[in-house]
Amino acid sequence: MVNSVVIKPNDTVATATEELQAGDTGNYLLEGKLYELPILETIPQYHKFAIKEMHTGDHVYKYGEKIGVASCDIKRGAYVHVHNLESERA
Amino acid sequence: MKFMGYKRPDGRVGIRNHVLVMATCACSSDTARLISERVPGTVTFHNQHGCGQPPLDLDLTLRIVSGAAANGNIYGVVLVALGCESAQCSLVEKRIREKTNKPICSVSIQEEGGTVKAVEKGVEYAGKLVEEAKKCERVPCDVSELILGTECGGSDPTSGLSANLVMGQVSDLLVEAGGTSVLSETTEIIGAEHILAARARTPEIGRGFYEAVEKIEKHFKGVGTSLRDGNPSPGNIASGITTIEEKSLGCIHKSGTHTFEAVYQDAEQVTSKGMVYMDTPAYDVASVMSMAAGGAQVVIFSTGMGTPTGNPIVPVIKITGNGRTAQRMKDNIDFDTSGTIRGEQTVEELGKDLFDLMLKVAKGQTVKAEELGMNEVALSRLCNFC
Repeated sequence: MVNSVVIKPNDTVATATEELQAGDTGNYLLEGKLYELPILETIPQYHKFAIKEMHTGDHVYKYGEKIGVASCDIKRGAYVHVHNLESERA
Repeated sequence: MKFMGYKRPDGRVGIRNHVLVMATCACSSDTARLISERVPGTVTFHNQHGCGQPPLDLDLTLRIVSGAAANGNIYGVVLVALGCESAQCSLVEKRIREKTNKPICSVSIQEEGGTVKAVEKGVEYAGKLVEEAKKCERVPCDVSELILGTECGGSDPTSGLSANLVMGQVSDLLVEAGGTSVLSETTEIIGAEHILAARARTPEIGRGFYEAVEKIEKHFKGVGTSLRDGNPSPGNIASGITTIEEKSLGCIHKSGTHTFEAVYQDAEQVTSKGMVYMDTPAYDVASVMSMAAGGAQVVIFSTGMGTPTGNPIVPVIKITGNGRTAQRMKDNIDFDTSGTIRGEQTVEELGKDLFDLMLKVAKGQTVKAEELGMNEVALSRLCNFC
């Protein structure tokens, strides 16, 4: 059962379609292929987690587009939200 | 493709046949309400503006209220004035007359000598217009006459993953049938301007997106605040939307895939066919009203967290991509798109179903907001009262 959605191949985050816990396996379909990764912490339903390792200042991609900048290093499988992702528009 | 609608003497097409009892300012709004409550077949809304406004702001109010009156869903109008306000009754009537030749009656509280007498006269006028309106019959109208307003509010991440994509299909289907779909909410194109500009018919139309965003960003800076203070909302963030860019990129899916033919000012009359943009605020109830003032006869509104929003001028079809919201807020939600997230249905098939629902609503089927009597309105504005 797929539990996450990734929209475009260059996206760096996935959206969990159900709540995930540390130790769960996040999985998503992209261009017909199934991808899996270990989840590091609780991801509430419809919230995001990193599918690639990111460093401070890296752009974060969803919908194939920039949705902001990583404000600290983010591990693959970690929760991505206001604590580590900032808007570039104010 | 045809549907049964109302043809107005000014050439417009309506999908409802209301008489609008409209206050020219806040001071006459409760008197307008008292009139409307006594005459079934009328609609009204609280007009918070109409006085104490600098000229540019007053002009926007006049554009909205005259546009609402001219909407094809409205048979005729009873204007309810105080008497001394900036939006003088004659001025409001003149602005409506520039757009339409439909019946207009007016009553002034100061001239009549108080609310009781004004209500008495207003009830008489409204009753007469309702009797006339009842004589209007639905006739075959072309779907190309429809102007769809697209809106989102109380968004969560399912809006961008599901509901707005399904709405985008409806925009595409309507544009392909020769009709018009309106994308709006300038705050919620921030971070996605480049995508919209690339879809514009001409470079000038493309620049319109950047100019609309630049104007609102300058405005926020000018009053010493920033967009981050208000958008995404606390509810958006709690539901999983992190930044305005993320919200916008989900939001613009409502516009489907076709070329943008025009960028309109807030509440400007929409005359182009095809996909168009209107520069409205992101506050959903205000944006819905601005699109109704621009001529939209129907609105589709996506809501992840759920909202009761309706409008007195146009039926508001509420859709959600959040299965839990569809279940928990059944009395507010007309259409559930969450099957696309669970992989049970495709965006294409739900888009066709939603287009069919829109046509049923155009023919007279009521939406949940109409059944509940939801008529909340906010009027877009440029600055504070003076």
